[in-house]
Order: sequence, then C-alpha cells, then structure tokens
Amino acid sequence: MWDYSDKVKDYFFNPRNAGALVDANAVGEVGSLSCGDALKLMLKVNPATEVIEDAKFQTFGCGSAIASSSALTELVIGKTIAEARQLTNQDIAEFLGGLPPEKMHCSVMGQEALTAAVAAYMGEELDEDDHEEGALICKCFGVDAGMIERAIRTNKLTTLEMVTFYTKAGGGCNSCREPLEELLADTNTAMVAEGLIKPEEAYVFGAAPKPQKKKAQGFVIPDMPPAPKPPAQPSAPVQIEPIQIAVPGPSAAPAAVAVAEVAAPVPALASGLSPAKEAIVVAKIIEEMRPTFRRDGGDVELVDMEGSLVLVSLVGACSGCQLAASTLGGIAKVITETLGRPIRVMPVAKS
Amino acid sequence: MKDTALPPVYLDNNATTRVFPEVVEAMLPYFTEQFGNASSIHAFGAEVGDALRQARKSLQALIGAEFDHEIIFTSGGSESNNTAIRSALQVQPGRTEIITSMVEHPAILSLCDWLEKHEGVTIHRIPVDKLGRLDLDAYRAALSDKVALVSFMWANNETGTVFPVDGLAELAHEVGALFHTDAVQAVGKLPIDLKTTEIDMLSLSSHKFHGPKGLGALYLRKGTRFRPLLRGGHQERGRRAGTENAPAIIGLGKAAEMTLATMAEDSARMTALRDRLEKGLVQSVGHCFVTGDPHDRLPNTATVAFEYIEGEAILLKLNQAGIAASSGSACTSGSLEPSHVLRAMDIPFTAAHGAIRFSLSRETTEAEIDRVLEVMPGIIAGLREMSPFWSEGGAQPDGFNPAYA
Repeated sequence: MWDYSDKVKDYFFNPRNAGALVDANAVGEVGSLSCGDALKLMLKVNPATEVIEDAKFQTFGCGSAIASSSALTELVIGKTIAEARQLTNQDIAEFLGGLPPEKMHCSVMGQEALTAAVAAYMGEELDEDDHEEGALICKCFGVDAGMIERAIRTNKLTTLEMVTFYTKAGGGCNSCREPLEELLADTNTAMVAEGLIKPEEAYVFGAAPKPQKKKAQGFVIPDMPPAPKPPAQPSAPVQIEPIQIAVPGPSAAPAAVAVAEVAAPVPALASGLSPAKEAIVVAKIIEEMRPTFRRDGGDVELVDMEGSLVLVSLVGACSGCQLAASTLGGIAKVITETLGRPIRVMPVAKS
Repeated sequence: MKDTALPPVYLDNNATTRVFPEVVEAMLPYFTEQFGNASSIHAFGAEVGDALRQARKSLQALIGAEFDHEIIFTSGGSESNNTAIRSALQVQPGRTEIITSMVEHPAILSLCDWLEKHEGVTIHRIPVDKLGRLDLDAYRAALSDKVALVSFMWANNETGTVFPVDGLAELAHEVGALFHTDAVQAVGKLPIDLKTTEIDMLSLSSHKFHGPKGLGALYLRKGTRFRPLLRGGHQERGRRAGTENAPAIIGLGKAAEMTLATMAEDSARMTALRDRLEKGLVQSVGHCFVTGDPHDRLPNTATVAFEYIEGEAILLKLNQAGIAASSGSACTSGSLEPSHVLRAMDIPFTAAHGAIRFSLSRETTEAEIDRVLEVMPGIIAGLREMSPFWSEGGAQPDGFNPAYA
C-alpha cells in the first residue's frame, strides 16, 4: 500500500469541496478516462474583485488524485486570480504533507486544471503541453521515462553519466541502472534513425564501464560537449569522440552482435583507459588550465596526442616566454599524475 | 479502521494466503530441534531427509506426478519460470523462438521481453478474446520447428480464466517443442493429474495454497532435457543447487496434503460464494460487469470492473471498511497503464481502471461475502458522485472536455 501522509488520507476519505459547482464561471478540465486520471475544477470568481469565492472539484482517479484535487480547492478559495496563477504543484504536495514520488503527477494534474480554469476565465488560449510521463525510472529523485527521454533528445546525451547530470536519474541508489541503460540505448537508436546523432555516437546497451572503486581513477569524464575540439591534424591517430568506448570486458559477451561493432578491442593502456578516452582526459585537463594561462595573456591548445607525447600549441604571451618550459612541465605533471604513466608535453607550431 | 468490532475480511488470496496453523506447527521443529542439513551423514541430517521425502510425496500427490523425483524445489514461482524458460532454450540449440500469451504473469513476460531484446530470441505473444480465452488459431500459426518452448499459464491470476493446457501441450509436441505451464494460481485450486498429460514442465508456488512464502517447485517430466539455472551442490539431484529450505519444504508438504484432502468440497463451496458475490454486485451496483471466461475459470476468483471510477480509490475505501482486495488499476502498481490482462481482453479503459479482484480461499465465509455486498454499493456510489464522468446517477463520459488529455 502507498505510504500516504495522514493529510492525504484525510483529504481522500473526507474530501472538501467535492461535487458540482452550479454557478461556476471558470472551469478547467484535464486528463481522460484512458489515462486513469481526470479532474474537473470549477471556480466561482467575483468579476469585480477577481477573488475566487468558491471552488469545487470532480475527480476520476486514485486516492492521491482525489486528495490533491480537494487540497487544490482549499488552496485557491479566497485567492485572487493573480495569486492563484502563482500556485505550483509543489504547493499542493506540500499542503498535503508530501506525496509518494510515483504520485507527484496527481499534484501536477491539479496545477494543470487550475491553469486551464484561469485561462478559461481570462479567455486565453492554452499552449499544448506534452503531458507524457511514462514509467517512473529513478525512485530516489522521482524522474520518469518521459523526462529522461526529453533530456537525452534535447541535449543529445550519449552516456549514462550525462543522463545523471542532466536529470539526476540514477544519481541516488543507482538501482535503476538497467532501465536507464535501456532507455538511453533505445532513445539513441531512435535518434540515429532520425539522423540526430551519428551511429558511432549512440550508446550501446551494456557498453558502460563498471563503476570504478578508487576515487583516484574514478573521476567521471563528462565527455566534453563539443567545446574543446583540438584542431584536426591529418596525422591524428586519435580522434576525440564524444562517446564512451567500451572497455573490452565481459559486458560485451551476451549482447554479442550489437556490441561487437562498436566495442572492437581497443588496447587498454596503463591508465586502464582506451587511447580515445585518454585523449578526452588530456583535453579536459588542458581545458581546465587554460584560464590560468589566459590571465597571463597567453593561451594553450591541445593539438595531438600520440603514445606518451602530448603536442600543444602555445600562443600569445606564452609563446617564447621564458616560463614556457615550466608551463609545459606543469601540464605534463598533471597529465602524468592523472593517467598514471609518464607523459611528455611538446610545443608545436599551430598549423 | 472504523469497524474495529468486526474482524477484517481477506479476499486477496491470489496475492498470497494465510499459512495454515497446522502447516506452521509442522514446520516449527525443523528450525530448532531437527535443524540438520539433509546432506549430512549424521542423525541430525537423516531425520530431515525423511521429512523432505515425505513432503515431496505429498506435493507429488497434489499435482499427480508419476515420480517424486520429477519435483525440483525452488525459491518460488518466478525462479521456476526462469529456470524452465532458460533451460528449454539451452537444450535445443537452433530453436530460438518461444510462444507465450499476452496475459501471462510478469514472471514470464518480463523475462521474454529481455530475451527478445538482448538474447536474440523471437517471442510470439498469443492474444486472447474478450473473455480472456486463448486465440487458438494464432497459436497454431505460431508453431514451427523453430519453437523451443511453449509457455502458457494454467489459470490467469487476474481473471481466473483457465487455459486448456493439456491440449495446448499436445499441439506443442507436434512440432517438437517443449511445453511449460505457469500453474502458480491453479495448483491447490484445480484438480491436476500431470501423469495423464503431455506437460513437460510446471511452475508452482507454496504461498498460494496456504504454505510458506519463499518456496516453490518446478515439475520436470522424467526424460525432459534440462539445464540448471543455479549450479553448485548436488541438491535436488544436481538440478537446483543450494541447501534445501527444509522447514519451508516440510510446510509445503503439509499444505499440499491438507489442500488435496478437501479440494472437491472446498472448490464447490468457493464457487457458490464467488457466484453469490458476483451476482450480488452486478445486481446492486450498476455499470459494472464480471470479467473472464464464465464457463472455465478458477472457483475462487471474481474480478468485477466498475465503470467511471478508479480502482485504488475503491481499495482504499474497502480497506477502511476492513476488506482486503486488489485491483488491476495502474495507480496501485506505480505504472500508468492499467492491467495488461484486462487491456489484452479489450476491456475499455473506462472499466479497466476500476477493476477489482476478489480472490477467495477455503477459509472464506458467507458472512464475509455478505459484508462486501453490504458496503460496496455505498463505496461505488460515493466515488461516482465525485467523478466528472458521472452526473445525477448516470454516466456522462461525453460531458467532459479536457484541456490537457
């Protein structure tokens, strides 16, 4: 049984303002029989003062839908239209002493009914909203499939880490990892079909590296949205791609066919990262150090990375500066520490 | 609860049942006195071994298995189902298809979804008609020499509709496929005599017929090729590793024995009570109907769909009146879709959201049924008063024009 607050139970078993309001002059209807939730909110607004003098509801729905509807009527009575417009679904949930995450949509329905009723009173048109929700994926933060899919599509997300950054889903107990992976893989596949992302960028189910234990190597690489693209050198052996290349491992086995194409064995380096991933790490480090150089009137850019050699171009005050050597040494030190193997940094002329 | 004077009425026996006191009594010594591991050579182990043998024989009698070694104890119906399906695929390389129905329990359907999506298995989900009966033509059409396993439930957990599994098994064998049935709801409620059927595998669960939770069994017909799901020790003849849950197995044996002893009269009594409940509800509450196959269903299951109201609200009100039932409503499960079973039966959304399942047990009394009949009309009327699809005693599904749908 749901973990309803006493106030939710009270408002379900003894609903206030249930029934039809005969002299209503603002009515909002939301939901439908098919989705299992429907609410008709009826308001009586004083045209002179714009104060909501009475409100009643009729609801088809579960216990929390009825409680949310009733709470809504209590919240709006006595408010002006302008004040009522400020009301959010959070206000409804708070009024009821909270709702289970799966049931937050009940409060959203209340807010939508209010918006619809106010719009009807003012004679305004309503924007179509995409009221899709889908299954609740992340129970820790109450994130549903619809919201995750929108975030993936809007931001062209292709890794689990980025999905968590954008939506919080999976950021708690991480029990939802499997459904989250499936959703990301499916959405990416659809995006490839629609030409929104390239096939090689798409996340492949089962391709995520295992959660790493040691903090030292475990920092998450938010695979840098296109920002620090190093100038492509014809000779560049490593192309920085905004995807997680699968670390060859057991994960590839069961899903064999699909994975095989992407997860072609990449030689693992001392850092445990593939060359592509190391390049991403290096690009990130240099990107983070750039502000320091810029303050001194110079700049540094990653040109290429080949084995233990990192090629950078120094411009402005840095170029030819006496301190260039120590600058390069500083970059080399950070990269060496991060990758766990010796790295040399060489300045090259920018083509 | 308001009616503190009256004991609660439990009508959710398809979810789980009360463990019989005699079953608890039979189990207790095996926690503290005869706690030995049946695999051990000493006296502690031997006593347990005897009791396990007896329990296996009792279950053998309940399901009419030819041999007691055709029974493999597992952790429950879900494990039995997973074992059966995976085993059938593994022993028949080259056969990569599974036939099942659209109304199976999630223990079958979600595994099939996974196999289809990630392990290259083709799944045929056979539809049902409005009474929940299997579309036999679709089944025949799906059969081929590519099919490794046919898995149909014996009786549906939501509507009680019974599938003719012995005939379905014969059809499966015509193309050389194995046949499995999820009989979790049927065992203990219907007479079962496996030795006269062609069923190869059957899943059952102890807590559905007054045994303890966390225990089930897989029936595996002698000679059926098999691959274990759990490997390890030699328990269950190497077919399911892990130290036997001895107290639970002994409890299951006792429950099987008791259930079989009185099955015929219990079944007749439950059928009469179920019919009384259904008739009473349909007569006293308008706009509602009984779901499932009226001619062939479990004696204990009545699922009634009430139009224009939502199931969870009904359950909360019933709970307040001291009555426990369940619903096919989306809101009780956390998903947003109503019951896949009712939707597969093409029950309209108007009613699927308001479907309530009452599942009786042999302990259910006439007085309890009458209490439901007493409170139900008031609950339904009260919620319909609040429904925007209802106005002045009549349905108004068209009088509602939502801005957002």
